[in-house]
Amino acid sequence: MDAILLQILNGLDKGGAYALIALGLTLVFGTLGVVNFAHGALFMLGAFCAVTIQKVLTLSVKVKDESITFFEAFKEQPYLEIWFGDVGTAIIDWSVPISILIAIPIMLLIGVVMERGLIKHFYKRPHAEQILVTFGLAIVLQEIIKSFFGANPIPTPAPEIVAGSAPIGALFGLGEAVVYPWWRLIYLLFAGIVIFSVFAFLQFTTFGMVVRAGMHDRETVGLLGINVERRFTIVFGIAAVVAGLAGVMYAPILPPDYHMGMDFLVLSFVVVVVGGMGSLGGAVAAGFLLGILQSFASMNEVKSILPGIDQIIIYLVAVVIILVRPRGLMGRKGVMED
Amino acid sequence: MPLLKNDWVVMAIFTAATLTAPLWLSPIGAGYPDLLQKFAIFGIFAIGFNILFGLTGYLSFGHAVFLGVGSYTAVWSFKLLTMNVLPAVIFGMLMAGVFAVFIGYLSLRRSGIYFSILTLAFAQMSYNLAYSVLTPITNGETGLQLTINDPRILDAAAEGVAATGLPSTTLFGIEMSGYSGFYFCAVALIIGFFISLRIFRSPFGLKLKAIKSNQTRMKYTGFNTRPYLLTAFVISGMYAGLAGSLMAITDPLAGAERMQWTASGEVVLMTILGGTGTLVGPLLGVGIIKYFENIFSALNDNALHQAFAILPDWLENIVVAIAGEFVGEGWHLTLGVLFMLIVIFLPGGVMEGIRRISGWIRGRSRQAEQAPAAEATGGE
Repeated sequence: MDAILLQILNGLDKGGAYALIALGLTLVFGTLGVVNFAHGALFMLGAFCAVTIQKVLTLSVKVKDESITFFEAFKEQPYLEIWFGDVGTAIIDWSVPISILIAIPIMLLIGVVMERGLIKHFYKRPHAEQILVTFGLAIVLQEIIKSFFGANPIPTPAPEIVAGSAPIGALFGLGEAVVYPWWRLIYLLFAGIVIFSVFAFLQFTTFGMVVRAGMHDRETVGLLGINVERRFTIVFGIAAVVAGLAGVMYAPILPPDYHMGMDFLVLSFVVVVVGGMGSLGGAVAAGFLLGILQSFASMNEVKSILPGIDQIIIYLVAVVIILVRPRGLMGRKGVMED
Repeated sequence: MPLLKNDWVVMAIFTAATLTAPLWLSPIGAGYPDLLQKFAIFGIFAIGFNILFGLTGYLSFGHAVFLGVGSYTAVWSFKLLTMNVLPAVIFGMLMAGVFAVFIGYLSLRRSGIYFSILTLAFAQMSYNLAYSVLTPITNGETGLQLTINDPRILDAAAEGVAATGLPSTTLFGIEMSGYSGFYFCAVALIIGFFISLRIFRSPFGLKLKAIKSNQTRMKYTGFNTRPYLLTAFVISGMYAGLAGSLMAITDPLAGAERMQWTASGEVVLMTILGGTGTLVGPLLGVGIIKYFENIFSALNDNALHQAFAILPDWLENIVVAIAGEFVGEGWHLTLGVLFMLIVIFLPGGVMEGIRRISGWIRGRSRQAEQAPAAEATGGE
């Protein structure tokens, strides 16, 4: 019972990341009709926003270490600590949550620039060329990051206060031994909030209404005198922000390195296809579903019956879904069924 | 369809060019066997990929599986049977073919992006399995290697005594290292090119092209397109298997990273860069990428300072700092930028560039011919 609860949480956690990336991917596909292979790179850029801000906040100066009196010892002390004392230390400790605020405008800007500068010219081109050019862009972005930050993962710790584990066992009446890291619980909550706000934005605002109408029938909306293209640019920006936020929050769970985007990209494409191309609800549902499936497959009991299943379960599900039900779990009839 | 006389000329030129490659490539610093082998092996891989992607338009993102399967099979053939390379090549191709039949049969039920995702999914499954549960067959992260204790049944029967040290791959006694290794790959490349030429010119190739331009219409005219697609897929998989086994022959080691999807992406890059659907395009792409990979990754800041020494000092430092990002470790950045430029401005690859330039020159010369004629008539 304990194991099952933990695996469900693990799966929801992983699924949260998949769902956030897949949500942006399918949003872009549904509105702009573009297959964006650079979306994983946006996730990676988000994670590196957190890394950069942490580095900026911890810019240090060498000062004399007073605690050692035998000889002249020096230690690094961040400027923030020197200027603001304990407040500065707290700011450094909370660098990841602070990054969220800063990452939003940065990612929005990156998204809009990317759409106006490159993606715009590829609306009319075949899917294969869209895949190729965004694949090239993804390589360029990750190589730039690599040349700045190096090839090694960079640990980006979460704030001290949530670094420990939550006694969830007591909550569910399963005993004190069942614990789960606080930050992962926060991630899950955060993913839920972001997904909810994207849906609320599309459902309850005029802007969102136009976007949904545009997804259904772009031409008619254009004929009504609405500038669809500008709205779609903003949608691309939003998708970039969602991917970026997923990245920022994921940084404490998985120390970011330059190819984390590519690793997640393949999986999130599978998630999008399983959920149904262009279906937002499908992407979210498939993200959580596949996350849970994967974490159950990596239980030792399952692995002893079907060795290696944890490595392939997601792809296996994808293959079956594409072959049996090409429009995915919740895809609209007639959209990309071929 | 009889072979056009023209084709024999093409083949003759190609054969001559391939066999003399060590001579005419040495002035640009590419005339040594290691690099030439790479050209030939990846050339075979790209030619094969082009038969699928170039002719039918089906973009496979999992072609590296067949490369990996070819390599593993070849190494197993060295371990179990004999160090002779011929069985290794044959088994490598057959095994890749078997995999291609299986993967192709399932993947070709869908087209477009679904086909790409399906092939990608199969590739990732194979890669993950090769790393984890299939370790007894693939030797996991270390990679499959030869050992002294391998049985090598046929060799043992022929020689009777166990040789000391690790044996090297041979072709009936000729060691496959240095130039003999290259020439073996070169012959394979020539045969591969010949077959691809025949396919391009055959009714079969024509049908594949028809599938690319309009599959629905093709079906309405009464063709069942799937057997043709599957055949093309298997042929292209066997090319990849051949390339993989050649890799194992020149260096008897097989690792799972050969199957990773970025490896599949590489062959896509090469084919697109050279020109999809053209005969020589993929080879050009391979040549360009592998050559510059070799040159660029070897460059470092010192070499750059020498190259830009004529510039004033302050400018030299700036130029070197910028260029330094693109060479050495940053070679992939150059590749990415180059690739994006090609897709954006020249979707037909280098071949389209050549065609445009030659068209432009021809247009100029025609204008030049017409201009005096026009003057003459105007003068009357």
